[in-house]
Amino acid sequence: MKLGVLFSGGKDSVYATYLAGKAGHKISCLISIDSQNKESFMFHTPNIQKTKIQSEVMNIPLIFEKTKGQKEIELRDLENAIKRAVKEYKIEGVVTGAIKSVYQSLRVNEICNRLGIECFNPLWQKDEEEYLEELIKNKFKVIVVGVFAYPFDEKWVFREIDKKFIEDIIKLNKKYKINVAGEGGEFETFVLNCPLYTRELKIIKKKIKKEGENSFRGEIEVQ
Amino acid sequence: MILIISLCNERLHENEFVKPVEKIVKISFFTKRYKDVKEGDLKKADKVIICGTSLQDFEYTQNLELFSWIKEFKKPILGICAGMQVIGLTYGGKLIDEKYVGTHFSNFTPEFVNKFFEESESLQEVYYLHNKIVTLPKEFIKLNETLSYPTAFKHKSKEIYGVLFHPEVLNIGLIKNFVKN
Repeated sequence: MKLGVLFSGGKDSVYATYLAGKAGHKISCLISIDSQNKESFMFHTPNIQKTKIQSEVMNIPLIFEKTKGQKEIELRDLENAIKRAVKEYKIEGVVTGAIKSVYQSLRVNEICNRLGIECFNPLWQKDEEEYLEELIKNKFKVIVVGVFAYPFDEKWVFREIDKKFIEDIIKLNKKYKINVAGEGGEFETFVLNCPLYTRELKIIKKKIKKEGENSFRGEIEVQ
Repeated sequence: MILIISLCNERLHENEFVKPVEKIVKISFFTKRYKDVKEGDLKKADKVIICGTSLQDFEYTQNLELFSWIKEFKKPILGICAGMQVIGLTYGGKLIDEKYVGTHFSNFTPEFVNKFFEESESLQEVYYLHNKIVTLPKEFIKLNETLSYPTAFKHKSKEIYGVLFHPEVLNIGLIKNFVKN
């Protein structure tokens, strides 16, 4: 089946792409939505511009659309982007990286249903710890590009998801209920390398921006 | 031993509709696609869970003869969404268009709630993802009070249940209790 992936460049959408490909589907395009709304439940991802270079190293075309991000407008903009993918790439289904977000999953399901195409959520309800271990096992090089909850500090920004990271995040989960996979928006990630890439992305510039007491955003330039 | 049955036409959908159920059942289960279920599997199983599938997937409705075992089966069955539809169709129910994509606070009978839900209130938040529903077959009773059509039913004399919502998302206690009871 020809599929389009709702793609943010973080671990969830890249791993969902990987699973869909592994299941024998053709990934015909990636779909990225650049939301101007920092509070957006659907799309807020600070490094969304980097999906352009990720699509290049994956050799998969990218549909990149902007939205003002107001609740109903961003859903309409998403639907228009998916319609474009149906028209230009003849996709028969959409893949998302939703794990626990009922809000996101239902909205995308609703849109796909209206367009008469399939909606795949291959990470749905997945055990978070098992998931992070799978990323390592499958050679995903993932870094943290933002932390947004107590008790995170700037030392967490740019950390790679490895065994030590998993141990540390489990400790935070036990003590502070931080979601191990960052599903509650506690942290955001970027994938530098994985089996889908033709080459690893190298960070050529990085800086950390403090946005609040326990809120730090990592800005990167990659090539 | 619990037999978990997949109705998914696309294998990738099993991540979404079957694996979460496996995760809740956790131990002592085996999973089969509906086309691969053999007599030996049904003998081996103490209980059966028939999982749901995606909004657009109705492939299983073209192979209903493969579910004729349901009427002869003497052990407990739980059908989830499309699984409920399969049970209803086997017993003479009809599929009709009725879409619901979203969460909903639904009222269920006290007996059903006490037996299967973690909280004892009859009003429960559930997760629906369906384009069609199955009408209530003669041998079944409706277990929901909120909506006019059956969103949960039980066979009058057998331990056969169907739920239109997806308990693996918001009501995992229902699956745990089905396995345990």
